[in-house]
Amino acid sequence: MRRSIIPGFGLTLGFTLCYLSLLVLLPLAATFVQTSKIGWHEFWHIVTAPRALAAYGLSFGASLIGAAINFVLGTLVAWVLVRYQFPFKRLLDSLVDLPFALPTAVAGIALTTIYAPNGLLGRPLAELGIHVAFTRLGIVVALTFIGLPFVVRTVQPVLEDLDRELEEAAASLGAGRWQTFRRVVYPAIAPAAITGFALAFARGVGEYGSVIFIAGNMPMRTEIAPLLIVTKLEEYDYSGATAIATVMLLISFALLLGINGLQRWSGGRSERDAPEEPALRPAFGTGG
Amino acid sequence: MPASLAPAISESPLVKWLLIGVSVLFLGVFLLVPLGCIFAVAFGHGVLAYLTTFRDPDTLSSIRLTLLAALIAVPCNLVFGVAAAWAIGKFEFFGKSLLISLVDLPFSISPVVAGLTYVLLFGSHGWFGGWLAAHNVQIIFAVPGIVLATIFVTFPFIARELLPMMSAQGNDEEEAALTLGANGWQTFFKVTLPNVKWALLYGVILCNARAMGEFGAVSVVSGHIRGLTDTMPLQIEVLYNDYQFVPAFAVASLLALLALATLVVKSAVEWRSAVVERGTK
Repeated sequence: MRRSIIPGFGLTLGFTLCYLSLLVLLPLAATFVQTSKIGWHEFWHIVTAPRALAAYGLSFGASLIGAAINFVLGTLVAWVLVRYQFPFKRLLDSLVDLPFALPTAVAGIALTTIYAPNGLLGRPLAELGIHVAFTRLGIVVALTFIGLPFVVRTVQPVLEDLDRELEEAAASLGAGRWQTFRRVVYPAIAPAAITGFALAFARGVGEYGSVIFIAGNMPMRTEIAPLLIVTKLEEYDYSGATAIATVMLLISFALLLGINGLQRWSGGRSERDAPEEPALRPAFGTGG
Repeated sequence: MPASLAPAISESPLVKWLLIGVSVLFLGVFLLVPLGCIFAVAFGHGVLAYLTTFRDPDTLSSIRLTLLAALIAVPCNLVFGVAAAWAIGKFEFFGKSLLISLVDLPFSISPVVAGLTYVLLFGSHGWFGGWLAAHNVQIIFAVPGIVLATIFVTFPFIARELLPMMSAQGNDEEEAALTLGANGWQTFFKVTLPNVKWALLYGVILCNARAMGEFGAVSVVSGHIRGLTDTMPLQIEVLYNDYQFVPAFAVASLLALLALATLVVKSAVEWRSAVVERGTK
């Protein structure tokens, strides 16, 4: 380490570590210690109960579908926002971040009202035999909303920096527009799009507020994993809630590791001078 | 580029407008319709019904509690964010990338799990539960728990906005100021702060929006005591589940306005930093 004349290292690092330990690491440690008190046999029994397995499956499946929708449509939106001019473009561009800023409960009641059987979109869809609110499809809609900004905001800067001479070269070599996109543009933006997909997926797995209003919350059918934790807490089943929370925490850690790896990979692949710490890129708000 | 190549590297108008159409439809259905719905329902029975909502004492107390929680959580995370960004952005040390990942950790934890960790720490069955009960201190199902849960979920926001700015700016200007005899605080307030003020402003606004809107974590620790431990998002849930749609959406409209204000500030900050960037090139 190079000696720096800048002061305050001890003070700021010390404060950062204390604050982090007290507010984040200590509560997390408490969770693992409480889990260890449950005992392995009991723990396994709780976390592999059919109702718990159905809840993880639903949280994973719905997040996966929502993230996949955002992978395709988010890439398309990023492309349209970077490459074309059209009325109200800047307004729409700013609105893409709405799901980061809008409280999840507000999003939840708004989506439920729209997709309820008597709602603006729910009624015409119900006439077609498609029921959205209070079904699994509703959960996918909520998680698509929540994950919307991620792919757009990861792909957009890469697309802006993409050298268009590559596309000219492809065109002059006889490639069609779709072929150029498939072979030249897509490989360049794919790491960013996959990172965005993973971020949207990770966000969806833990999402609670926007989902519970639209989900219907029927055990085994439309009960997401975070809701199962809340239900167990309300029944004063602390070991049950803690065990499922531990599974969710382990999943979060695994996803965080995977996403860090992805960001390193996409940082290494993109042409621009990526910062050496992948995590130093501007924040994408999650949680809620 | 030569005119002859132009069609080859751009799409036909038909494809172009089709792609724009699909994008606008997607954003319209998923963003504009929900946003419009909030205000349409809130004002669905007229302005008077909308305003009457804010006479309800429980609603008013939820607004006060939300303001109080944000008023404590945001300054705490502001001090932390500045300290963390200074330590991580201005110095090289062992374990730096691990520390960055740890600062990010609350982003990837489900808010419900975040709330539960505090229940396990301070609740009646928790680590400190016995001690707290003996000393007559209540954290869970009371205001301190709500503040703690809010701090946890909004923990990384300000640090994350400041970090890239602080490390991108380098140390040259600060070193110059120190060499010229400024002390550490002077250097921070006169040199560093003006350079990062827009990122700081956006971080604070975003942190505040999330603090006021947090639902999952606060819901677990609040205990839902009406008029006492219900924040605005929890009050929205209570009203909505009571089929009081106008009041529920009226409270929601306040939070939606806050979200829109956050987006406006974000656009302004991005516009400003683009101008600054162009100016330095």
